[in-house]
Amino acid sequence: MSTRFTKSTARNIFYGGAVFFFLLFVALTFDTVQALPKRDNRANLTEQVVRGKKLWETNNCIGCHTLLGEGAYFAPELGNVYQRRGPDFIKAWIKAQPTGVPGRRQMPNFHLTDSQLDDLVAFLKYSSEINTNHWPPNIEG
Amino acid sequence: MTSSTTATLRPAAGQAANVQLKYRSQAVAKPYFMAAIGLFVGQIIFGLVMGLQYVIGDFLFPEIPFNVARMVHTNLLIVWLLFGFMGAGYYLIPEESERELHSPKLAMIAFWVFLVAGALTIVGYLAVPYATLARITGNDFLPTMGREFLEQPTITKAGIVVVALTFLYNLSMTVLKGRKTTISMVMMLGLWGLAIFFLFSFYNPHNLVLDKYFWWWVVHLWVEGVWELIMGAMLAFVLVKVTGVDREVVEKWLYVIIAMTLITGIIGTGHHYFWIGTPGYWQVFGSAFSALEPIPFFMMTMFAFNMVNKRRREHPNKAAVLWALGTGVMSFLGAGVWGFLHTLAPVNYLTHGTQITASHGHMAFYGAYAMVVITMISYAMPLLRGREANSNRSQVVEMWSFWLMTIAMVFITLFLTAAGILQVWMQRMGDHPLSFMATQDQLSFFYWLREAAGVVFFAGLLLYIVSFFVRGDARD
Repeated sequence: MSTRFTKSTARNIFYGGAVFFFLLFVALTFDTVQALPKRDNRANLTEQVVRGKKLWETNNCIGCHTLLGEGAYFAPELGNVYQRRGPDFIKAWIKAQPTGVPGRRQMPNFHLTDSQLDDLVAFLKYSSEINTNHWPPNIEG
Repeated sequence: MTSSTTATLRPAAGQAANVQLKYRSQAVAKPYFMAAIGLFVGQIIFGLVMGLQYVIGDFLFPEIPFNVARMVHTNLLIVWLLFGFMGAGYYLIPEESERELHSPKLAMIAFWVFLVAGALTIVGYLAVPYATLARITGNDFLPTMGREFLEQPTITKAGIVVVALTFLYNLSMTVLKGRKTTISMVMMLGLWGLAIFFLFSFYNPHNLVLDKYFWWWVVHLWVEGVWELIMGAMLAFVLVKVTGVDREVVEKWLYVIIAMTLITGIIGTGHHYFWIGTPGYWQVFGSAFSALEPIPFFMMTMFAFNMVNKRRREHPNKAAVLWALGTGVMSFLGAGVWGFLHTLAPVNYLTHGTQITASHGHMAFYGAYAMVVITMISYAMPLLRGREANSNRSQVVEMWSFWLMTIAMVFITLFLTAAGILQVWMQRMGDHPLSFMATQDQLSFFYWLREAAGVVFFAGLLLYIVSFFVRGDARD
């Protein structure tokens, strides 16, 4: 690099750039948080959904599945599973695990009660109604 | 491990001081580096288990379900990189500051606390169902578990904060009392940033969108933000040492690289805000800024090659120079090119959450962070063991391990990319999309190839460990 471009110039660009863009990021975050009530389906964030989210977390569902495209890529996307399969299928499926089919990917049985299954389905329904800018591209996730 | 450390710390105890170390307290880095390598081995073993589960779905079921193997795989990665960063900090901060570490004793206590806490967490993952682990570790009091990469029990997270604070206190005191260089300032900025952004892991709102939004403040602002500062500082330190290029030149490069990192990377977080419920304008911000994120990584490559070309000395540690060049190239390919591949919103609409993401993750983490830690270990470990460089024979073995691991990782990435392209094609394009599982069945050929490349990677890693035990003749 040329000698006119000194280390202190580089340092100033670093500090100036870092501070400016972090502040811009904070401003955009502020705007996003303001805009979320119209998008994030919080009207349907019931106590049951909260319990369902906790079940989702404490059984590490994200360790195999994706939710809104984030997670592991070993098992199907569940952000739209409510539309794809419906509540009854989801509950029956979870209860029937593991399938034990030789060579197939296996999902453990988490021994959830009927009310816990309802909580989990409520969480998946709530998740499926978040405005995701039309993602995923089709029902298969 | 401890006996040799204490012997180096206290030469009066009967053994001669390590003449290669400018400051005796740098020796605390050694156990950190050894732990890092050990955990790296564990990470790869579980990676191989998962790779097999991709094609033999019921492999090790129900003993080790996929989600458990994945937690162990990713958490071991994070922890061994943290051990590597800490070891690097303990090694380079005293040397940059031109004084002994504030408290070598505290550094050793933190080492054992971190190692035991990390080991217990992994044992917890493997020994009991995750829900049981959540219950017995008191997740109900402050639920933070069950989110990708942040699966650690809340008490483990608290332990990580405590260890990080003792580490930062120790290094900050050393820097404050000593010489302040650009390298040490950038390293400290990166490490403080790492600790501060980790605090967002304790924020777990019920609202899924907010949860995801701030989850990225840990994950993205780590790997595409402050970790790059740490990487830049480590690379700059090694390059100053092995090339003898004027520090002013190296430090100017460092500032320009990390300036570009944060200018592009902070708003670049937006490439994670396309489809999680956040406003549509993130598609513009995220695409534009993250499209520029390859720039700092390309500069990292140019930086490494430029400094080595302009070298004023022939350092006997050729292996360390190779790793330094390698991390420049592979971080650009993995983080820069493979990141750009799927970062524009219209592309990401189709690739989001597929094997394309996995391919990028593998080469980016290996190229940027695994390799920069190994660069540091490769440079510092011979010095910590009392010699300027390893014997020629040992270095040849180490360079073989470099090529085996690096080429294997290129193939892992290519096979996952192929799988990802086909997955997008079959599952998301066309009029008759296949279901997720039907698609996965079609991809098994590529998953087998990926597993084979993984075995080669593991062989390279074992060879890397062998290189530490190859003696050969002393060089001079």
